[in-house]
Amino acid sequence: MNLEATAIRTEASAPAADAPIPPKMSIRDLDFFYGKFQGLKDINLDVAERRVTAFIGPSGCGKSTLLRTLNRMYSLYPGQRAVGEIMLDGENILAPGVDINMLRAKVGMVFQKPTPFPMSIYDNIAFGVSLYESLSARAMDERVEWALTKAAMWEEAKDKLKQSGMALSGGQQQRLCIARAVAVKPEVLLLDEPTSALDPISTAKIEELITELKEEYTIAIVTHNMQQAARVSDFTAYMYLGELIEFGETDQIFLKPRKKDTEDYITGRFG
Amino acid sequence: MTEHTHKQFDAEMEAIRSGVMAMGGLVETQLAKAIAILGTDEGEGTIDEIGADELSINQMQMTIDQQCSQIIAKRQPAAIDLRMILTITKIVNDLERIGDEVKKIAYKAAQTRGNDRLTRMREFDVVRAAEHAQVMLQMTLDAFARLDVTAAAEVIDRDEDIDAAFQAIMRQLISYMMEDPRTITPALEIVFIAKSIERIGDHAKNVAEAVVQVVKGKDVRHATAEQIRAEVAEE
Repeated sequence: MNLEATAIRTEASAPAADAPIPPKMSIRDLDFFYGKFQGLKDINLDVAERRVTAFIGPSGCGKSTLLRTLNRMYSLYPGQRAVGEIMLDGENILAPGVDINMLRAKVGMVFQKPTPFPMSIYDNIAFGVSLYESLSARAMDERVEWALTKAAMWEEAKDKLKQSGMALSGGQQQRLCIARAVAVKPEVLLLDEPTSALDPISTAKIEELITELKEEYTIAIVTHNMQQAARVSDFTAYMYLGELIEFGETDQIFLKPRKKDTEDYITGRFG
Repeated sequence: MTEHTHKQFDAEMEAIRSGVMAMGGLVETQLAKAIAILGTDEGEGTIDEIGADELSINQMQMTIDQQCSQIIAKRQPAAIDLRMILTITKIVNDLERIGDEVKKIAYKAAQTRGNDRLTRMREFDVVRAAEHAQVMLQMTLDAFARLDVTAAAEVIDRDEDIDAAFQAIMRQLISYMMEDPRTITPALEIVFIAKSIERIGDHAKNVAEAVVQVVKGKDVRHATAEQIRAEVAEE
């Protein structure tokens, strides 16, 4: 072997893909305020298209806040405001005049606790779709089947579509919520601790689902479970006290983070 | 290094690190005994001790590997902890192999006793090479204990000297063997001893490279000395 020609290999620098991945969302100079309290400070970050980006950090670090700015979920609450730019396909979603309902159709969200509507499995999915599209009964049937298939729920649910969504197990309810989010054909999926209330088997199913969904969707996930971030994400952002401390490829962050603060957090030396 | 929130995790990591140091210490002692046999015509009892040390070293390797497996299963170490655990499994492998080489040196040294023509060579040139390997082993264990990449880079540099010493011994032995065929049998024994010493240098170098990997997160196993120096100098 020609030793001269053998470059030092960096474990941490294996690229997630061959070519640079275009950003689906670009966050620039983002500040966020809960009244007078500043929850996010000067965040700059790209969310890569058809990849999974994970936000990790201790409680109160701003990771959920950041996720909630990506579809302006915060707009529901008075006194909360975001300053800066979040570009989605070249359009600033923080600009006045943005149609928030259309934004949320493009950027879907799944929450920590499964939140099925108190209606049938079928209607849980059809309800959201009917807000944005008027489909024939047959087209709606197809859409429901498609969404449940995407969420790896079809086999379990196809014989009980008329049963209440509330009667499902926690893991099934969460996959129903993912199906509901997917049904309106969003481009980005935001997952806010989607498995923190679930058992390990349901968690594994959701994680498997995330890996399948990223072929078509851009996904951002907030998780308290660092190993989950390591397993499912391509990029990881470590946040602390409202600031983005380190952002990079997940492989690099979990093998050799650049910042000592990040290393302390992911190795359990924090606080 | 800041402590883990789980103090038990720190205790488990520390137990493994101390185990490696204890194992390294025993290998050092064992090598010192072998050098004593090489340099004198005494020490029958010492050979038995070296054999017993080797068994203890094997046991320590298995214990540390088991502890590493347990910590991976229970704690899912990441970043520096993961690099440390993975590296330790490599280091104990190298230390165990050094133990094997030391045992070979001791047994071969006992066999070459009483051959006057090669005594001087055994007692001076071979001992000098072995002492060189001993220094490398000490330095590399220090580098591991202090996670000192500069010291590790120096060990890596020194491996070239030991390779050169091995070549010099080989040239001398070939001269002896050509001059007097009766020296062929003892000379071959010395070839094996010198080869074992050279291997000890290689294993010490492997440990030093592992130290760089823990600290820097870079795999320098097939890099040139210049590349390693540049890597170590980089902040």
